[in-house]
Order: sequence, then structure tokens, then C-alpha cells
Amino acid sequence: MMMEAVTVSTDPLQRAYSEKAEAIHVENLHKRFGALEVLKGVSLTAKDGDVVAMIGGSGSGKSTFLRCINFLENPTSGVIRINGEDVKMVSDGHGGMYPSNRRQIERIRSKLGMVFQNFNLWQHMTLIQNVIEVPVHVLGMKRDEAMVIGEQLLERVGLSAKRDVYPAYLSGGQQQRGAIARALAIQPRVMLFDEPTSALDPELVGEVLRVIGDLAKEGRTMLLVTHEMKFAREVASHVMYLHNGIVEEEGPPEELFGSPKSERLKQFIRTVS
Amino acid sequence: MSETPIEVPIETFPIHKEKDSSRKAGLLQPHRIVLALIGSALVGSTVYFMRWDWLHNYGDLIMQGLWRTIWILIATVVLGFLLAVPLGLAQASGPAILAVPARVFCTIIRGTPLLIQLWLLYYGLGSLFPQYPWIRGSELWPYLRQAWPYAVLALTLSYAGYEGEVMRGAFASVPKGQLEAARAFGMRRFTIFRRIWLPQAIHRALPTLAGEAVLQLKSTPLVATITVVDLYSVASRVRQDTFLTYEPLLLLAAGYLVITGIIVFLFRRVERLIPSKLG
Repeated sequence: MMMEAVTVSTDPLQRAYSEKAEAIHVENLHKRFGALEVLKGVSLTAKDGDVVAMIGGSGSGKSTFLRCINFLENPTSGVIRINGEDVKMVSDGHGGMYPSNRRQIERIRSKLGMVFQNFNLWQHMTLIQNVIEVPVHVLGMKRDEAMVIGEQLLERVGLSAKRDVYPAYLSGGQQQRGAIARALAIQPRVMLFDEPTSALDPELVGEVLRVIGDLAKEGRTMLLVTHEMKFAREVASHVMYLHNGIVEEEGPPEELFGSPKSERLKQFIRTVS
Repeated sequence: MSETPIEVPIETFPIHKEKDSSRKAGLLQPHRIVLALIGSALVGSTVYFMRWDWLHNYGDLIMQGLWRTIWILIATVVLGFLLAVPLGLAQASGPAILAVPARVFCTIIRGTPLLIQLWLLYYGLGSLFPQYPWIRGSELWPYLRQAWPYAVLALTLSYAGYEGEVMRGAFASVPKGQLEAARAFGMRRFTIFRRIWLPQAIHRALPTLAGEAVLQLKSTPLVATITVVDLYSVASRVRQDTFLTYEPLLLLAAGYLVITGIIVFLFRRVERLIPSKLG
């Protein structure tokens, strides 16, 4: 496991923190779609237990950044280290790069629990089948073992009664809670949330945020792309404000929301709240 | 203040028929009784006024023909579908080196009459083979001398050509997010195909596949033109022997109708295994 260079500190709390393992480390990430440069050098370090919230206007690159972390998008350049493992990239000859080892990517992905804006539960499977799919068919867990874990997870997100229901017959909030259970079933090192409440009716947002908030409280490592400022302020340990593909400002939530320094962030907070 | 009347939208296409319980008033409605009477009168007069005494002479032959039609249908639909999956996949997402040949194959098959394909294979390929001693000497020769392998091959390729196109559309219509979710959890490419992509594509294609299986049934009589004795050729034999025209044809029509009913019923059963609402 990779450790960050330990800076000797007199503050025991801080020392304990700096000795924690890095779950995700991203350095100088660039992403270009044709002529459009969406990410212009974004860096991030998330240690175990960190909850990093990414905020920013639409088109700021925050979702793209998240999708680069599990290689749903190939970054154009930059370094990504997950679980202390450097992702091996090779040049594609057109100024970009792609992961050289598919198995490595698959292994890394199976440690990252992704939750999508549009839920993306598999439509041809019931809720419990959705939850046990990856443990059984990717992680090689026994079916009945996965069932036990799956049922516990559905219980946790309050969907035990819906275990045999197909996603099409569930509300958006229920689908998203199911999707969170599916992501938890792989016992992920890090949870990735890509605007988990943006596709929900306003009255359904609360139930999903409650589940995510609970996960934050129990010390799960999470990266969260969100438009819910109040929620980000409550659960995040670190907030990044992205604008036009660069980190405009970052820091602890009290600082960022309490006394924003950049003019753009001030304006952003005014417009969304 | 007067209450505004609630506007009830008129259902132009009553797709929720089965939920309307008032329609399930049973079989004993006047119009249904009348129709049933007319129907049984037709059947009764057919039996009474037409000649069916030849039937017992041809019973065995009819069963043989029926059996041959059914197994040719099942074999070609199953084999054709197995070919259609890679054909559709290659066109939907394969590299050009696979996609182009697949598209050319589907275009040729769909663009030429099945009768011509059948004859080209049987009279063309079938007459080339005997020229080569190593083919005549091979273990396959006893089969290659017969007509049915060419019938099965032609019908299989035909079904594959049409269904390859259907499967291309079905693969392409599975939402990207479904596959992306699978990728995001580290599924391997073949696992994604087997667990997510193929099941969803088949489910989307099922109603079309059922219709195409019925069309395939009605293409089977063409095999009679290359001497395969199916249900249709039994009927024409009866006509030649007895100089009866309508009786064997009516029986033939009824036979195909029953098989069609069975196909539709079976596909409905399969469709019902999965919920009808896909995202």
C-alpha cells in the first residue's frame, strides 16, 4: 500500500490522518474531447475515510473527472493511482493515452462502487439479482453467500420488500437506493457518486441523500459529484470547486462555503443557494 | 363556483385492454354465439359436403410430412438464430473487417428470393460436389447426396440473414448506460455480453423473432421444389393421385394455421418470463 510521505506533526490527530492510506491519488489530469479541453490539470488525493465533494456549474468537468477515475473515459494525460496501484497507460499516438492492461482496469473498477445519475440498474434483473450480479459474476462469490449480503444491503437502504421487483416498477428514489446497494455489494474501497440526485423528483431527493449521509457517517471513502450544496457542506470532509476544467478553489467545507475567496465561487454559491 | 369537469383523455389505441374488466364478460355474448355458430356451420359443411375418404390412405404420409416440416422449421430457426447473433453483433459494434462482410451477407440474403437461393445451393453446389472424388469418398457424401441438407442450409442462411438485421437493431437499442454500469463494476467484455447485452437484446427482439418464425414456417413449402417431402408436397401428391383440389389444400391450410398458433403461443410464454417493461 502506498503511503504519503509522512510529515512529522505534533498534532496527534493530524499525524493519524497523514498515516492513513491513500485510496485515490490523481495528478494533473487532462481530458480532451476533440478540440474541447474539458479537464485542464486536476489533482486530487483521497485517503481512507475522506468524503470529497466536487461542485461546479454544468460543463465544469466534474462528472468527466469522476468518470476518468474508473476509466469510463480515458484521460488524455495525467497520473492515476488507485489502491496504491499506478494505472499503466500507453500513448495512443494521437496525443492521448489508454490503459495498457485491461485486467488491471477491471480489477481496479471492481474496487470502486459507482452510482450513476440515471441509476442504470439492469432492467432485465430484479433488485436482488442486480445486487448479487457483480459479487457472483465478477468477484466469484458463492450465490447463497451473495444473497445473504445482498439482502442485508437492501434492508439497509430500506428496500427489503422490493427485492423481487424489476427496476421499471420502482420510483427513481427506490432505483437509486437500489443502485447504492448494488455498489456497496462489491465492498468497494471507494464509492463514486455521479450526481446521484440530479435525475430525481424533488420529493425523492431526501431519501437518497439520507442513505448517502449514513455512509459518510460510518467513515466510507467517497467521491461525490453533486449539486446539493447544503448536503455537500454537511457530509464532505473536503470540497473542490471546479470551473472550466480547473480547480478554482478547494478546502474544508466550512472554509469554502463560509468564506469563499474566489469571485466565481462566491457568485456560484449565490446562484445555487 | 362550478366544478371544472375533469378531462378524461380518450385512448385512441386502447393498449390497456386487458385491464378493462368489463370486456371480460365471457364467451356467451350474442355476437360471439353467432360467430361460433357460423364457424361450426362452415366446418360442418366442409366435412359433410366434401370428400375426405382419401384421408386414411395418406395418414402416415401426412404425419411424415408434418414431422418433416416441423423439424426443418425448428432446426433452421435455432441454427439461423445462432448465426444471427454474431451477424448482428458484428454489425452493431464490430470492427469494419467483421461488420462489412456481415452487412454484405445480410443484404444479399434479404435482397434475393429464397427460391433462388435454394436452387443455387441444390442445383449449383449440389451438382459441383460429385465432380470431386475426395468429396464423393468422404463420410459426408451420404448426406450431401440427399436433398434435405441443402434445404436446411438454405433456410438457415435465410433466417440468419433476416434475423442478423433484427439482432443488429436489438443490440444497438440496449441503452448505453446498461453496458456502462457493467463496465464500471469491472465486468469482463464477454461477461457483459453474456449477462447484460445479449439477454436485453433478445428480449427486445422477441416479438419480431416470433413473427419471423411464422414467416419461416411459410417458407418451408419451397423445399418441396427440391424433392424434400414436407407437408406441402404431401398435399400435392394427394391432388395428383385423387384429382381432388380443395380438400388437401384446405387441410394443408389448417395444418399451417395450427403450427402458427403453437409458435405464437410458445413465444408468448417465453416473453412472459421477463417483465414487459424495459427502460
